[in-house]
Amino acid sequence: MSLFGFSLKPRRPKTAQTAKDRLQILLAHERSGSSQVPDYLPKLQQDILEVIRKYMTIAEDDVDIRVEHKDDISSLEINIEMPTPEQKKSGAQTSKPAKS
Amino acid sequence: MTKTEDKALKDKAPLGKVIVITSGKGGVGKTTSAAAISAALAKRGHKTVVIDFDVGLRNLDMIMGCERRVVFDFINVIQGEARLKQALIKDKRLDTLSILPTSQTRDKDALTQDGVEKVLNELKEEFDYIVCDSPAGIERGAQLAMYFADEAVVVTNPEVSSVRDSDRVLGLLSSKTKRAETGGDEVKAQVLLTRHDQRRIDAGEMMTIEDVLEILAVPLLGVIPESPAVLRASNVGTPVVLDEPSAASRAYEDAVARLLGEEVEMRIGNEKRPGLFGRIFGRSA
Ligand SMILES: Nc1ncnc2c1ncn2[C@@H]1O[C@H](COP(=O)(O)OP(=O)(O)O)[C@@H](O)[C@H]1O
Ligand SMILES: [Mg+2]
Repeated sequence: MSLFGFSLKPRRPKTAQTAKDRLQILLAHERSGSSQVPDYLPKLQQDILEVIRKYMTIAEDDVDIRVEHKDDISSLEINIEMPTPEQKKSGAQTSKPAKS
Repeated sequence: MTKTEDKALKDKAPLGKVIVITSGKGGVGKTTSAAAISAALAKRGHKTVVIDFDVGLRNLDMIMGCERRVVFDFINVIQGEARLKQALIKDKRLDTLSILPTSQTRDKDALTQDGVEKVLNELKEEFDYIVCDSPAGIERGAQLAMYFADEAVVVTNPEVSSVRDSDRVLGLLSSKTKRAETGGDEVKAQVLLTRHDQRRIDAGEMMTIEDVLEILAVPLLGVIPESPAVLRASNVGTPVVLDEPSAASRAYEDAVARLLGEEVEMRIGNEKRPGLFGRIFGRSA
């Protein structure tokens, strides 16, 4: 291929190693069966929702579950948005219909 | 794109245009193109989401570099197990870009036409462009990826089986889509010629762009050269247009400009080929 102006810049370090590292992390995770996390996550979310609802009124949207993988640690993050006094009655005013 | 245009875009109601990246044949560059096109649209300030329709063979997340951030996916949303906003992954480089990954464990039967339509309708309320990365083949997964499309980018390599499969897909686009079935405007289909290798064409080993367009008889969206930048970008999980500039990234940027209706002269790599392309435009106009 022809030379372009920017090709005179020093090349970045080799990317094949990055590719290998990314794959190893991902595949180790998928093979270990921890990729089954997403399978029980929806049920877990539903259960949490039910427990929380014993104590306060929240919408289905107010529980947010995420999994973060950092190096060899995976963490489960559960965020529950609590109703504020003013918010209690005003539901979502967005155009999105909240079907159950 | 300027700051003021940027702001104007944000104030407008979302466009909600569905673009399918399809081909029939596998390995021609659909996922590479879906990632590059969606990133280029987002870079211009358009709110864009790219959806992986290749159920069971998730790869778009790797190409976009968000594979470790997938919790819920498209299938979870279709099956009512998660909310759309939980499954959408916001790109860390562009705040106008989101990714909807697919499931690695289920199969394409988990997709339903109603489910896909609901998700697309919800996305249309928020996004200007909804880019669908189709699986290979012409079965259910590929048909659902194209069914609700407004426009199609048919990714083709200058090689017999790819051109033949593209022809097949063009037939499906004009018969097995919602637009075709409801008798509205046709799905606007354009060919994106990828993995173009001028040396092999010059050596007479590969069909020319003209050859391919003559057979397929649809407009040319762009020509993406075979480029080591594509492999490099996939290694690091960056859409090629967000990586360092290359012949491939420029070709994708030009293709996206044309997708948005701008007139951009065709070039191969860095070379302009006015003679050749003058004739092509003459034919397809
Ligand atoms: N323009 C290009 N130059 C070089 N390699 C490419 C180019 N486009 C795609 N590839 C490579 O071809 C392979 C298949 O691409 P991919 O986008 O996954 O195709 P598909 O989604 O159609 O199966 C990948 O290894 C990708 O890196
Ligand atoms: Mg693919």
